[in-house]
Amino acid sequence: MFEIVEREEMAQGTIISNWIKAPKIAQKAKPGQFVILRANEKGERIPLTMADTDPAKGLINVIYMVVGKSTALFKTLKVGDSYLDVIGPLGQPTHLEKVGKVVCVGGGTGIAVLHPITRGLKQMGNYVYSIIGARSKDLLILEDKMRKVSDELFVTTDDGTYGHKGFVTDVLDKILSENRDIGLAVCIGPVPMMKFCAKMTKEYGVKTLVSLNPIMLDGTGMCGCCRVQVGGKMQFACVDGPEFDGHEVDFEELNLRLRSYLPEEKLAYDRFKAAMGHTCACKS
Amino acid sequence: MSEEKVAAKKEKIPRQKMPEQDPKVRARNFNEVPYGYTPELAMKEAERCIQCKDPRCRQGCPVEIDIPGFIKFIKEGDFEGAIRKIWEKNALPAVCGRVCPQEVQCEGLCILGKKDEPVAIGNLERFAADYQRTKGRQILPPKAEPTGKKVAVVGSGPAGLTVAGDLILKGHEVTIFEALHAPGGVLIYGIPEFRLPKEIVAAECGYLEKLGVKIEVNSVIGRSETVDELLERFDAVFLGVGAGLPIFLKIPGEHYIGVYSANEYLTRSNLMKAYDFPNYDTPLVRGKKVATFGGGNVAMDSARTALRMGAEKSYIIYRRSHAELPARAAEVHHAEEEGVEFLFLTNPVRFLGNDEGFLTGVECLRMELGEPDASGRRRPIPVPGSEFIVEIDTAVISIGSGANPLLTKSTPGLVLNKWGNIVADPKTGKTMKPRVWAGGDIVTGAATVILAMGAGRLASNSIHDFLTYGW
Repeated sequence: MFEIVEREEMAQGTIISNWIKAPKIAQKAKPGQFVILRANEKGERIPLTMADTDPAKGLINVIYMVVGKSTALFKTLKVGDSYLDVIGPLGQPTHLEKVGKVVCVGGGTGIAVLHPITRGLKQMGNYVYSIIGARSKDLLILEDKMRKVSDELFVTTDDGTYGHKGFVTDVLDKILSENRDIGLAVCIGPVPMMKFCAKMTKEYGVKTLVSLNPIMLDGTGMCGCCRVQVGGKMQFACVDGPEFDGHEVDFEELNLRLRSYLPEEKLAYDRFKAAMGHTCACKS
Repeated sequence: MSEEKVAAKKEKIPRQKMPEQDPKVRARNFNEVPYGYTPELAMKEAERCIQCKDPRCRQGCPVEIDIPGFIKFIKEGDFEGAIRKIWEKNALPAVCGRVCPQEVQCEGLCILGKKDEPVAIGNLERFAADYQRTKGRQILPPKAEPTGKKVAVVGSGPAGLTVAGDLILKGHEVTIFEALHAPGGVLIYGIPEFRLPKEIVAAECGYLEKLGVKIEVNSVIGRSETVDELLERFDAVFLGVGAGLPIFLKIPGEHYIGVYSANEYLTRSNLMKAYDFPNYDTPLVRGKKVATFGGGNVAMDSARTALRMGAEKSYIIYRRSHAELPARAAEVHHAEEEGVEFLFLTNPVRFLGNDEGFLTGVECLRMELGEPDASGRRRPIPVPGSEFIVEIDTAVISIGSGANPLLTKSTPGLVLNKWGNIVADPKTGKTMKPRVWAGGDIVTGAATVILAMGAGRLASNSIHDFLTYGW
């Protein structure tokens, strides 16, 4: 059993942060790696990239958005409750090195995944530009943590309630055009965001890492569920990734496959909300 | 009565059939197909065994069960005696009785089979195990004095469970490391409920735990801990991680929604119980027209699972003919009875899908059989211009599994062959890395449960020698 020792609601309760007791994983985990969690005996295996670890205390941090039944079920877990299973660390760690100037771009909960990578790049001695975006000011997460590990931090919101009004790509374009010596871009967020970031960095010829979140099952390369096309080759995000060269990823295919179970996901979530006595007027 | 008369009398008893669910009914549920023998049927079947002095059946058993020995106990109605006899050689009889290919092993060599039908050894083994589990007294086999030696077993499939069962009885401390959240390996994620109820796998693992085996689930050796780290804590390490790498057809359209590897399809259905969605949370596309590609046991399991998931059509698409099907005869027979349609001499060339990314069909080519190839089976050759389309919404690719590199890549000192399988001595399971043994599919490539158990047996003997004598 894996106990939750700290819990925080972010972004109006749409995003949850858990610090979980998992000493073996905390010892081993490196930035970019993920864990698979299961809440109970009937639960799905949900992959989440770790947002942070505290090896001394034996803790790992995951930050997730509530998007369906499984994450809604996770949200019901309070401090002192436990996940039934936490498996990891899984996937390849981020290759961290000094390249000079780097730009780190995060959207939504992608910022949580981006943070330890950004910190690693900063510790390596890179000059770090960071751009973080959200739909609206109250949905933005981890601004302070990102500011601490960045030399320059830029914020965008779609509705202009905070920072630059518009998309992260607007700021990315500006930074790339003003700094032709940027050696690496790391872009993590929703699939369309990563797709447009990668398209832009390709025009500037800047090497780009993206972290993918396809549907997974075992997380050990056994089932092939998380297959993605990278440079025309089939790769498994769980063992070959989750990070890949953003210029080579087939984002269209990734997006299609993420929609595999939309009807089932809706059915499960509706049943769960009915059982929990969900009464608000939201459509989902 | 003379011996001749005894033999003549015994041959008159026909091979006793196990009662089983009606094909039409069972094709729509996940309950086990055969009900198993009653004590009366088992004793009647046991009476058919002529107790050969030099039993050939035993030579056909990869774990060398004393087959006439346990059958004699059943004949006498001493079912506890029977299970004790089996346990001497096999820690997983309820599993083996169900999934071993007996027709090419013990039963294939049974002397009665020459003129008549062989003794139903598998059914009797299954009976002895089931009787013990459900009606027997709580007993355990005798254990040797503790040796103080520690063994790590990586993987809780048939090979690992055999090694653990053997070595715990010999007095060693055994810890099994399993990557998934439940022990059993392919027995729990691969073989379907209707062929091997998960309750039985859990009971067999529980039996090992009662003997003192520790099972650590959620442990992905190679990631959570390396083999070299295990070697610091354990005197010996056995690697029985299975094949575990899905092979795709490598044809266009494999990304469409509804295309599964058999590993994924069966893991969702079995381990995650997607057949009981939404009661369980993991979904699985409920295809109306499902095609399974391949002709092995896993393909039969997938095609039969599809029927139970509500498919109107469940095809097996196989590039050779009926005679070359590698699946166990009983599985093919059950699939046919349940209404699986076989498209023989048919090879897929591309998947077709719609704009939303959903699978809509598969284009295939007709094949004809040429000369035998390296496997001894006649090589299928495409018939030019014979393309045709089969409308399907789900495809399950079941053409075998390769060697998963997750553990092997993180273990310096292991020698691998060109397919990525671990090189190990076939007589002892010793790898090229000191204090490390390996067996099962990660060594041989995808094979059967009992062959993995046989490899586990050889390795456990070698590990025991090493821990006892130092070599």
